[in-house]
Amino acid sequence: MRLGRKGARRGRATGTGWPSRALFLGPGLLAWTLLFAAPVGLILVSSFLSRGTFGGIEYRFTLDNFARALDPLYVRVLWSSIRIAALTTGVALLVGYPAAYFIATRPARWRLPLLVLVVLPFWTNLLIRTYAWIVLLNREGLVNRALVGLGLTERPIALLGTRVAIVLGLLYAYLPLMILPLFSAIERLGVAPRQAAADLGASPAGAFLRVTLPLTLPGVMAGCVFVFVPTLGNFIVPDLLGGGKAIMVGNLIQSQFFQARDWPFGAALSISVLAVTVVLLVVQARVLTRERRLAARAA
Amino acid sequence: MVRVRRLALLAAATLALAACGGGGGAGGGEPGGGGAAVPLEDQTLTISNWDAYTPEGLIEAFEQETGVDVTLTLHTTNEDIVGKIQAAGGKGFDLVFVSGNYLQTLIDQGFVAELDHDLIPNLANLYPEANELGYDPGNRYSVPYTWGTTGICYRSDLVEEEPTSWTVFHDPPEELKGKMTMLGTNPWLLEPALRSLGSSLNTTDPAEIEAATEWTIEAKANLKGFDDTTFYSELVAGNAWLVQAWDGWCNYGIAEDPNIRFVVPEEGSDLWTDTMVVLAASENKEAAHAFIDFVLRPENGKAVAELVYYKVPNRAAMEQLDPALIERFPNLGMSPSELLEQEALRDPGEAISLWTDAAAQIKAA
Amino acid sequence: MRREPGRRRDLLLGAELALVYAFLYAPILVLVALSFNDSGLPTSWGGFSTRWYGELARSEDLLAALRTSVSIALVVTAVSTAIGTLLALGLERTVRSTVLDTVLFLPAVVPDIVLAIGLLSFFSIARITLGTHTVILAHVVFDMVFVAAIVRARLGYFDRSIEEAAQDLGAGRVATFFRVTVPVLLPGILAGALIAFTLSFDEFIIAFFTAGPTVITFPIRIYSMIRFGVTPVVNAVATLILGLSIALVLLALRLARREARRAVEG
Repeated sequence: MRLGRKGARRGRATGTGWPSRALFLGPGLLAWTLLFAAPVGLILVSSFLSRGTFGGIEYRFTLDNFARALDPLYVRVLWSSIRIAALTTGVALLVGYPAAYFIATRPARWRLPLLVLVVLPFWTNLLIRTYAWIVLLNREGLVNRALVGLGLTERPIALLGTRVAIVLGLLYAYLPLMILPLFSAIERLGVAPRQAAADLGASPAGAFLRVTLPLTLPGVMAGCVFVFVPTLGNFIVPDLLGGGKAIMVGNLIQSQFFQARDWPFGAALSISVLAVTVVLLVVQARVLTRERRLAARAA
Repeated sequence: MVRVRRLALLAAATLALAACGGGGGAGGGEPGGGGAAVPLEDQTLTISNWDAYTPEGLIEAFEQETGVDVTLTLHTTNEDIVGKIQAAGGKGFDLVFVSGNYLQTLIDQGFVAELDHDLIPNLANLYPEANELGYDPGNRYSVPYTWGTTGICYRSDLVEEEPTSWTVFHDPPEELKGKMTMLGTNPWLLEPALRSLGSSLNTTDPAEIEAATEWTIEAKANLKGFDDTTFYSELVAGNAWLVQAWDGWCNYGIAEDPNIRFVVPEEGSDLWTDTMVVLAASENKEAAHAFIDFVLRPENGKAVAELVYYKVPNRAAMEQLDPALIERFPNLGMSPSELLEQEALRDPGEAISLWTDAAAQIKAA
Repeated sequence: MRREPGRRRDLLLGAELALVYAFLYAPILVLVALSFNDSGLPTSWGGFSTRWYGELARSEDLLAALRTSVSIALVVTAVSTAIGTLLALGLERTVRSTVLDTVLFLPAVVPDIVLAIGLLSFFSIARITLGTHTVILAHVVFDMVFVAAIVRARLGYFDRSIEEAAQDLGAGRVATFFRVTVPVLLPGILAGALIAFTLSFDEFIIAFFTAGPTVITFPIRIYSMIRFGVTPVVNAVATLILGLSIALVLLALRLARREARRAVEG
């Protein structure tokens, strides 16, 4: 059987061998090259050029832009953004996993509607939704009323303009991006593996940690990347809910391109952030591959 | 000084590519004169403006009168539209609405055309003062559409003492702490500091910018937050009592709550201007000029002021304005000479990086 | 063997999901309430009124923008889901390099602004006239990698033996793909499509840069309103979107139920 599968992998099953390889990867790679690599490369090249006085680009080679990206101010902003993004991602995972698990284990006909209910609020514009959070988080807002009503605080507390508000807003902005990949991974699983683990005497928690979680790791990783990356780049939420009192790296990049009209430096900053993100992604991909190998061996 | 090629990345890249393509005409700035005389009714016009900034029916009336086919599209911020023009190498629009302090970057990169004043007879309707604006003296490249200033907008029923100075953000009375917002984007972010410290709003001096940054960081502790979008609404709701605000926006608050007042602090303020510019690459420059002339008609200027509660630099239009409107929104009654006492905002050139860093520092502090 | 603890677990999980829904819908309910706000301000209450719905009915521009965004998002979803799914399969089965994986994922990582400026520069050099199609192309390039990642999350433990079994039973490659592979991946594909639609529908800066002058998407219109204050008309629109999409969900649910009944009877 094993041998048979190996043989099949070489040629017969879908998706292997030329021409199906071209069919599968072709459209994606074409779009990637033409609509991503070429355009973005164009801009990134400018990171080695100099800015003009009023925003143009001068064709003089320089590495100054990268040296400037190491300015303590920018490093500090990057670090605090990474912390906020990591916190948001962590909370999103904790909140999203059980929700995705529940949806994925409902009878088939309930799954799609429940899933659509998760994304439906996101068909309302982010700006408008964030305005709604301002109303909720105000001193006289519903959240404060609830807190006082429950006796958790005596007087309304300042929520807007705090880090809590920022993380809350970011969590709100990207939670579906966590739940959907988790759903995709968990739904595939069914109850069989956990059932098997339980039959072998594993406690529910043990079965979850040793079977379910590792098997759904690709979904966990995808969800974390989906939330982490756009969080780093968001600037609407920090501006509106953070009272403009915090700045994310996305805000910094945006202001270099637009306010300072310094495309070369904006590009250098983008490359630096991209580099950091890519390192994180490669690490997660490696972890994932190892886990999968381990899981495969266990199976 | 070595002559450097000051071209947008794109312009140059286009040239490189044009080697194998056809000559992509680097549209010279000459309006009116150059180019084959296409009859007006065969021209089309692509205009970009903010939403709700063009009076209802204005475009249609212009189309009907001239036969020009107009496409009105929208932009969101000055930065966005300038970025879009730059990335597209100056192509795509015939006429764009943009604030005066963003003009320099467009001129410098060769994206805007010099205006042919002969094609805009209604320029005579402007106040004489509207010809001497610092960012474009003599209106060579731009025609002002609206203008105004920035000040303090506050709830007179909640704030005990009328604010008179920008220092209120730095040294507020106890009851105002946490009840104030400042504008969060440049140049207004540094305005209270620069004005309190006696510096120019167009300063390029690193020491002055640094001092203003520190002042603003200290003031930040007193603020509810920096707010560019909801401050007038928060004022009406009573969540904020005193905010730094553009005059027109304060009027939006006044429209909902007459207790709201606007004051220009004693240290003085800025003079902002929104302008109309014609792009150099436009092939419909006559139509663009005709549109500007059309906007400058008194009745159309009046419609703009009534639509957005902003002052227009058009004397003929302001004279037609309903006195009741000015009574309701007193800052509409500011005279051009009062406005000219404020400092016209310009582009700080390369020093704009210092400004941007200052903003990042303040937000990150 | 899973009666008691299983039921309790389901109860807890269900409660958690209910809380998540409460979190997701609280602001939306605020918007619905604010759409009946008499005041013209986005965050302060001024009494009950239905005037914004009247305004909405007259806001031909706003509704047109909504239609533009829906149609762009639908096309983008279809294209990027197809390309993304193929990409996921291709990557899983032929390429085994974490670096390549990561590199391919970059369109979802690069700051929006860089992609926006880059694409416009590129279109301009290549003399591609801007229009709806340029927005669609731009959205496809980042949406497809999101779809690919979601489908892959499911593909990890895909049991190839069922494909082989199908082929052993004489099914052709194409038939195997559509009858076996796609159905197994379907939930992942649907999840990917949902994300693709959502991301495209609400995307602003890339659309702004790549749109031709006659293409005004819903986000572009909303953000353009900021300059003169966002009015509660947008809340009325939010309520409209909510109502329509809930109606769609209910409809889909009914269809699904009828389908299920027919399957049982048949």
